[in-house]
Amino acid sequence: MSGSGDWPLWEVFVRSRRGLSHTHAGSLHAPDPEMALRNARDLYTRRGEGVSIWVVPATAITASSPDEKDPFFDPAADKPYRHPTFYEIPEGVRHL
Amino acid sequence: MTTTRAPRTAALALGDDALVLSHRLGEWAGHAPVLEEEVALANIALDLLGQARTLLSSVGDEDELAYLRQEREFRNVQLVEQPNGDFAHTIARQLLFSTYQELLYAELAGGSGPFAPLAAKAVKETAYHRDHAEQWTLRLGDGTEESHRRMQLGLDTLWRFTGELFQPIEGLDTDLPALHGEWRSAIGSVLRRATLTVPEGPQSGAWRAGAGRQGLHTEPFGRMLAEMQHLHRSHPGAKW
Repeated sequence: MSGSGDWPLWEVFVRSRRGLSHTHAGSLHAPDPEMALRNARDLYTRRGEGVSIWVVPATAITASSPDEKDPFFDPAADKPYRHPTFYEIPEGVRHL
Repeated sequence: MTTTRAPRTAALALGDDALVLSHRLGEWAGHAPVLEEEVALANIALDLLGQARTLLSSVGDEDELAYLRQEREFRNVQLVEQPNGDFAHTIARQLLFSTYQELLYAELAGGSGPFAPLAAKAVKETAYHRDHAEQWTLRLGDGTEESHRRMQLGLDTLWRFTGELFQPIEGLDTDLPALHGEWRSAIGSVLRRATLTVPEGPQSGAWRAGAGRQGLHTEPFGRMLAEMQHLHRSHPGAKW
């Protein structure tokens, strides 16, 4: 019962009872999705009723690379023309 | 709390089942195959301990009942006192017992007896316990050759203790023998899906395996009790 082959890693996302969206709660090892779901229920929700749980095999997630952080995320804040702040809002538009 | 007084024999029978099984599952702490499974077993143990506390305190002081009764005064079925064995053995015990407990609590929750409030709460927990055991029965039974062999061995070994589950309990107006058919078909369908076979042996042996309700227990139970009660007996009257 060792080796991550039999017990792959799963990422757990939980939406709390009155929460609006699923939030990453943590990860766990489980042999398959059903067991991952049950383990997540024990580990991250204390079986509180009315919550929604998503489990995703960690291998299914593609993450942005930390090495490329700069070119990927730097918002080029010094180039104001990239930000939609120069528009005159036409009169009569209310819900913008 | 209910105002109807719980009948003592029945409360002790159901309470002792939960208490003893909870203690057995607690023995897995630190020893389960993986961390996640350890949490699951501990969770089930805690649910059962909660049920035991409610049931025992309905007929007396829960600590006195748990820690100061002798082996012969315990009314649990012999199935729950059986040692954990390997993981498959524990799962077999869980499947056989939680399937029974879920049926019984569903029945009690539907009635208006003194156990209805407890049963209404406990039946949800028990459904989860049954599901957990079922999931593992399917995986072990339909897993490797070795896991299949061990799962079948666990079921075969424990089978003779299952007849006792359906003996009538004094003070419990549930028709326990009538639950037997439902239990058997539930077990049968899980085992079929798990590629396992329903054991063919008798459900109670020649010496009538399963006299726990009468206070007659199997040999491993004495040692379990000694460990469970040791501290309380060494320091009588201590508060914690």
